[in-house]
Amino acid sequence: MTQTATRQHWMAVLARASRCEIEALLAQAGPQPEHEVLKAPETGTVMVEGRAGGAGRRFNLGEATVTRCVVRLGGGRMGFSYALGRDAGKARLAAITDALLQDESEAGPLRQGVGALAEKQQAARELASRKAAATKVDFFTLVRGG
Amino acid sequence: MYVAVKGGEAAILATHDLVAEARRGDESVPEIAVAQIREQMGLACGRVMNEGSLYDPDLAALALKQAQGDAIEAAFLMRAYRTTLPRFGSSEPLDTAKMAIRRRVSATYKDLPGGQVLGPTYDYTHRLFDFALMDEAAPGEVQARPAAQPLDASMPRVPDILGAEGLMEEEAPPEGDPRPFDLTREPVSFPAERDVRLQAMARGDEGFLLGLGYSVQRGFGNSHPFVGEVRVGEVCVEFVPEELGFAVDLGEITLTECQMVNQFAGSKDVPPQFTRGYGLSFGHSERKAMSMSLVDRALKAREFGEAATYPAQQDEFVLYHSDNVEAAGFVEHLKLPHYVDFQGELELIRRIRRERQERQDKHADQANEALPEAAE
Amino acid sequence: MATNETLLGAGFSDPVFQSQTAFRALLAALSEPGQARELAIAVAPPAGLEPASALALLTLADYETPIWLPAALRDGPAGAWLRFHCGAALVEDPARAAFAVIDGAALEPKLAAFNSGDDQFPDRSTTVIVQCAALTGGEVVTLEGPGIAGTCEIAPSGLRPGFWAELAANAALYPCGVDLILSQGARLIGLPRSTQILETR
Repeated sequence: MTQTATRQHWMAVLARASRCEIEALLAQAGPQPEHEVLKAPETGTVMVEGRAGGAGRRFNLGEATVTRCVVRLGGGRMGFSYALGRDAGKARLAAITDALLQDESEAGPLRQGVGALAEKQQAARELASRKAAATKVDFFTLVRGG
Repeated sequence: MYVAVKGGEAAILATHDLVAEARRGDESVPEIAVAQIREQMGLACGRVMNEGSLYDPDLAALALKQAQGDAIEAAFLMRAYRTTLPRFGSSEPLDTAKMAIRRRVSATYKDLPGGQVLGPTYDYTHRLFDFALMDEAAPGEVQARPAAQPLDASMPRVPDILGAEGLMEEEAPPEGDPRPFDLTREPVSFPAERDVRLQAMARGDEGFLLGLGYSVQRGFGNSHPFVGEVRVGEVCVEFVPEELGFAVDLGEITLTECQMVNQFAGSKDVPPQFTRGYGLSFGHSERKAMSMSLVDRALKAREFGEAATYPAQQDEFVLYHSDNVEAAGFVEHLKLPHYVDFQGELELIRRIRRERQERQDKHADQANEALPEAAE
Repeated sequence: MATNETLLGAGFSDPVFQSQTAFRALLAALSEPGQARELAIAVAPPAGLEPASALALLTLADYETPIWLPAALRDGPAGAWLRFHCGAALVEDPARAAFAVIDGAALEPKLAAFNSGDDQFPDRSTTVIVQCAALTGGEVVTLEGPGIAGTCEIAPSGLRPGFWAELAANAALYPCGVDLILSQGARLIGLPRSTQILETR
């Protein structure tokens, strides 16, 4: 994965994590670092676009609430967080985590923690899919005549 | 005509207290929590998110609690709250082909790649009361049993299968893939383009669209629809913040998508083929998505050179009347004081009646005067 | 991006009240053309943006309003600062810009290169912020039009030759045409398209 793709991955994992999960993740990495809040947690919206027929002309489906936050660590590294919902506390913690992750090696505790969260999220998705799969129709055809 | 009239403040404040009491109901019954509404009234929350045009299940639940379950009032709360928020931008267009499927059925193909997945549907329930639900003390078994294997990671959208054979009207973005029109920012003009129609219907009243969709089926719209596919599940929302320059996955939202397939006899320029109607909505809201797709097809009448004879085919009629917050506002404003207006009408009616009476009296007098002469 | 990160200056410290204050000042500047207004709000604008220009954009620009900047500003800290604080896209084509910042002394782009709106939507024209050497001490220009009691005079300095002729041509497009904000330091002067240039000396 490229550097950006790796970062996109952890941002996606953090967006799906709860505030408590991110709090626990950060706690593993030691005391919370000093940081400056460049954009205080702010709730706004993103207009969600669909496509007619799934693949055609773009249209506006409706908005979704989104909360964002940008912090800067003592060393100058900036961390961003953008996620659905209105949790300001989560946004700040996720932005700090994003900043720390950018300077951490792959074996670092935050990377490991993000990996564990990703696995947990994947397991939940798979369980939901298996429950849906239990409702999949098994057709059997009655052969008539010769 | 509106004239500011002072007074009534105390009465109005008292209504706030009374409404709070009515909302709470019998205090010996435990108060309902917002999280309970979100988790246990999810379909109602979906409707409020659609008509409030804002995806936020917690807020939808709060709106329902505050509005005592009145869906339109709740949608109004969502719309009002939305106006207080800054907009960060527009998402990347959703890719429903990558939906994490919970339900996916087709009425056109029995055997389709990925299969028919019934999901959490009321379609096969008996409409008989489950009185066990009244006994909250005895929790039943509510864990669904999973299958051994998950569903296919991605499932093709059914119309795309017909599309591959060239039998289906093509859905491709217009030249340059333009940014869609936003009717919350700019005034709508008619005839309205497809992006405007779809946005208006996505936030439109479910009941209104259901009625229109039904009218199309019953012969007020020349339609022979099949459900090509209905799918329900979770889709990622991606957004590119200007300052980052790459797409950020914001999380997942639940969506319902309906692709309606319709016959089309063809025209001078287009060979006979299937045409489509499209519906997309927040949450699990099949009836909404299906109704939207029926009306979407009906509104394409102009594009196919069909006569737009029926209400569901007329964009101005559909778009101007589908928004229930606007409609409720205009209908319900009739409750507000129109004292001066009405006083004027009252004066007018009295005057007309007086003049009519005078005319009649005059005619009678003339007739009486004329009578003796006539007798001669 | 990492090189810009440590340099990025702060925007509004109190977005609600500061943007409202700045908005009132901009509104006053455009409704009373020729009267200089002061935007006394502390921000840390990037190199190349006058504080008044930076405040105007912080207040007015967002993701729906593309901004045109001279290439040197666009590719430097000013571009990064506007992307970050306004979420605005930076465009290369002046005709696509909702807002633009130009150096008053630079010969290009001409005012006519920006979007002057169309008959149906004259409001969609570009608002051009012209950064001046000073708002006084230059050629004296007499103005007339809505929002001006009789006539008034301004004398901004450091403007390119032929600037006032361009502005007169812009006013002739009314109701189309661009709106101008002259800025220097914390001060600005509004020159909407409705303002007529009577004479220059």
